[in-house]
Amino acid sequence: MQCSICKEKPATVHLTQIVGDKMQKLDLCEDCAKAKGVNDPAGFALADLMLGLGAAQEIEQSAGGAELKCPHCGFTQADFKKSGRLGCPDCYKTFAEGLGVLLKTMHKGTRHVGKSPASLRLNREHTDRLKSLQNKLAQAVASENFEEAARLRDEIKQVSDRPGERPAQPKNLAR
Amino acid sequence: MKLYDFLVPPGQTAARRGPHDRIVMSSRVRLARNLNSSAFPGWAKKNDRVKIFETVRPAVAALPEMQDSFSEAMDNLGPLDKQILVERHLISREHAAKGSGSGLVLNRTETFCVMINEEDHLRMQALLPGLQLRQAWTAIDNFDSALEKKLNYAFDSELGYLTACPTNLGTGIRVSAMLHLPGLVLGEQINPIIQSVNKLGLAVRGLYGEGTEALGNVFQVSNQMTLGENEEAIVERLEKVLSQVIEHEENARLTLIEKKPKTVYNHIGRAYGILANAHSISSKETMNLLSLLRLGLDLEMFPGADRSAVDELFLITQPAHLQKQLSDKLSAEERDLVRADMVRDHLKNFGRPVIKSPPPPAAN
Ligand SMILES: [Zn+2]
Ligand SMILES: [Zn+2]
Repeated sequence: MQCSICKEKPATVHLTQIVGDKMQKLDLCEDCAKAKGVNDPAGFALADLMLGLGAAQEIEQSAGGAELKCPHCGFTQADFKKSGRLGCPDCYKTFAEGLGVLLKTMHKGTRHVGKSPASLRLNREHTDRLKSLQNKLAQAVASENFEEAARLRDEIKQVSDRPGERPAQPKNLAR
Repeated sequence: MKLYDFLVPPGQTAARRGPHDRIVMSSRVRLARNLNSSAFPGWAKKNDRVKIFETVRPAVAALPEMQDSFSEAMDNLGPLDKQILVERHLISREHAAKGSGSGLVLNRTETFCVMINEEDHLRMQALLPGLQLRQAWTAIDNFDSALEKKLNYAFDSELGYLTACPTNLGTGIRVSAMLHLPGLVLGEQINPIIQSVNKLGLAVRGLYGEGTEALGNVFQVSNQMTLGENEEAIVERLEKVLSQVIEHEENARLTLIEKKPKTVYNHIGRAYGILANAHSISSKETMNLLSLLRLGLDLEMFPGADRSAVDELFLITQPAHLQKQLSDKLSAEERDLVRADMVRDHLKNFGRPVIKSPPPPAAN
C-alpha cells in the first residue's frame, strides 16, 4: 500500500478515526507520519490531516474558487489547501461557505456553545434574547394571538432600546 | 536563569501524586486562543510575529499564576533545552522547531505552560499529576479569564474562539490524559478498547514511539471535536470514558494474574533482570521494560520500592534528559552505555521481584 501523502513510500502507519459519524482512514509512511506530527503530544487529529489532503477541495468548489482571497490578510483558498490552516480570524468570514461543510464533518455542531469572553457575554445574551422574542412574535402573529403579539412588540422595543442590559423580570410568570 | 536549573528536578517530578496515578500518569487541558485582527502565526510576517510575542509575553508573565516563571524566546533556547521541554510534555515538537517570534512562559511547578506563536498565538495548558481533568480545566479557565482582560481575543458569537486550524475552532479546548495500560496490552485487549473509545469521538494513540507503536504502554486519550459542545460536557465525557478505561485496565491485570500468573511474573522478572544487569540499552527497550517494572510495583512485587523511582528513570533516560546530565557529545552507542549505567545504578536498592502470595489455585 502506498503512502497517501507522498504517494511514494510504502504506508506503514494506518490510522482510523471516527469524526462525527464518519469513519476516516489514512495510510502513511513513517516519514510523512512524523512530518504530520502523528506522534505529537499536543493532540493530533486525523481531521487535521484530511484537511491537508482532499477535504479542502470542498472549499475550492464553493463560491470564488481557488482565487478567493481574504481582504484582511491576503490568504487564498489555494493557501488553505496547501497548509490546512487559515490566515487570520477574518478568513472565517471570507471562506465561510466552504468551511461550513468541513465543520459539519469535523465537529459535533456548527454553532459554538461554551465559554465566551466576559466582555461579549452580555452582548450575546442580549442578541439571543431579542432573537427568541422575535421568534415568539412571529408565532403569535401566525396563530393570530394579537394580544400576545402586542405585548411581545412592547417587550422587543424595551429590550432593543437598552442594549446590554439584563432582561427585566418577566411580568407574567403565571402562564 | 538557565532552563534546566529552573525545571523541577526529575526525582521531584516523579514523586508528584494524584488520584488514580497507578494508571493515569497526568491530566492536561489545553486552550487555543488568538488575538483579534492579527494574522495567525503560520501566515504572519516575522515582524508581526515578533510584535505579537511582545504583546502576549508580558501579559502572560504578569498573571498571578506566573509570578515565579521562566519566560524565553525560542531562538534563545538550544536544541537540547527545547527537546527537554518536549520530553516533559510542556511544548509540542512543532513548537520546538520554532525560532524568532515564538516563545514560552512556564511556571515554577510546571503546572502552567503557555506556548506563544505555535500554531495559534496562544496555546496555554494546565498539566496535573493523576486523574484531575476537572481541576485542570478550572485552573486553565481561570487563567484564560484573567488573560482575556488584557488581550483582545479573536472570537465570533457563532463560531467561538477562532483558531488557525478549523479542527480547534469553538472552544479551542483539548482535554487529554496520559495512561499507563500494560494490563490491556499484555492481555491483548488494547485494540478493541481503542476502537470503542474512538467510536465515542475521542482519539487514542501511543504517546512515545513512531506511528502506531506505544512505547512503555503509555497512551493518550483526548477529545477531537471542539465546536458544538461546551467545555464541561467535553470534560465530563472524557471523565466517563477514562473511568471505564481504568476499570478495564484493573480488570485486565486481575485476569492476567488469575489466568496467566507465570506469564506475568516471567515478563516482570525478565524486565528486572535486564534493567538491573544490562551494560547497553536503547531508550526504546528501557521504556518498554520500565513499564513492566511499574506494573510489578503496582502488583506489589517490589516491597519497599517506590513507583517514583521508575517514573524518574522513565524521564531521565529519555535522549535529551540523558544528554543534559552527561554530555551532548555522545553518539547513540555511547548513550546506550551510559543509559544502562544509570539504570543499574538507580536499581541498586531495588530488591529482586517477589511473589507476594502464591497464586490461588485455578478454579477447576
Ligand atoms: Zn509518505
Ligand atoms: Zn484572512
